[in-house]
Amino acid sequence: MSDTPTEAAAPTAARTPAGAPWPLWEVFVRPRRGLSHTHAGSLHAPDAEMALRNARDLYTRRGEGVSIWVVPAAAVTASSPDEKDPFFAPSADKPYRHPTFYEIPEGVRHL
Amino acid sequence: MPEEPAAPGADAGTAHAALALGDDALVLSHRLTEWAGDAPVLEEEVALANLALDLLGQARNLYAIVGDEDALAFRREEREFRNVQLVEQPNGDFAHTIARQLYFSVHRELLYAELAGADREHPRLAPIAAVAAKALPELAYHRDHAATWTVRLGDGTEESARRMRRAIDALWRYTGELFEPIEGLPAGLIDPAAHREDWLRRVGAVLEEARLDLPDAETVPDRDAWAAGAGRQGLHTEPFGRMLAEMQHLHRSHPGASW
Repeated sequence: MSDTPTEAAAPTAARTPAGAPWPLWEVFVRPRRGLSHTHAGSLHAPDAEMALRNARDLYTRRGEGVSIWVVPAAAVTASSPDEKDPFFAPSADKPYRHPTFYEIPEGVRHL
Repeated sequence: MPEEPAAPGADAGTAHAALALGDDALVLSHRLTEWAGDAPVLEEEVALANLALDLLGQARNLYAIVGDEDALAFRREEREFRNVQLVEQPNGDFAHTIARQLYFSVHRELLYAELAGADREHPRLAPIAAVAAKALPELAYHRDHAATWTVRLGDGTEESARRMRRAIDALWRYTGELFEPIEGLPAGLIDPAAHREDWLRRVGAVLEEARLDLPDAETVPDRDAWAAGAGRQGLHTEPFGRMLAEMQHLHRSHPGASW
């Protein structure tokens, strides 16, 4: 590949050496009317460019106006299941932490 | 007979051109379908099937301008098909398939871009213009897919570069036919010969990025002859008859059945 600026900016786009198994990528898709990217699934691809194209075929059926993010699975750090309780301790008993006492002003969308 | 345009508003000339373009799309679609289950990796399997489905949709839309889709696809003889010989070439290895797709997609994008606005001058071309406009985004993706793989293989390993080089050279002789006039399209409006320079520039740019050269007199002795076939006149290469037999077998075994 030539060193296009986009590639230079994305170190993950480095090419997989010949014969190496293709790495895993996580795919996030924002639907045309959606507000945020949602994890759609994963796939194997030799690099980010190919991962994007494959994600388009597999997860968007080429609908216009969607946005796709691909992330190498190795770059994702997940919370550990063992720490679930302290990590996500519910705050249900602390009503002062819930913003339920506000009127939503007219004309505010997506809140 | 398929010669009879059955669609309302399609004159004989428009139907004639739609048939030739539809044949290109159908035959290439069928070739791509032959990869099902055989592609190098799962993701590419999906991509090739996607290209095939796009082309099949284009073929159906073009045939609808001419008459009965099924009759046109399944009940015509080899000599009645007007596709260019490029699209009927066997898949060969993956590089071969990619080279064929690159040559075809770059050309079809140029042609359809012109056809998409053709109805402004020639209202009778409206049905073809509509199909062309709808097909353009699909073709842009086909071209991008083929170009990406051409670069990967050409600038990949020694082996992949050798195969890509071989495919580019082997299919070169079928590219001349892409620039022959298409019967039924007003010559003053659409001149395929005028696309040759653009096509050469675009294909050349992809090959340059893939560190491959355009074929020259040394690698392809008849390079300058542009040995275009006569697919548009219904004269096809040997593999086409076998492909057609396979494609039409079921339909011909049960004439009149509905599916």
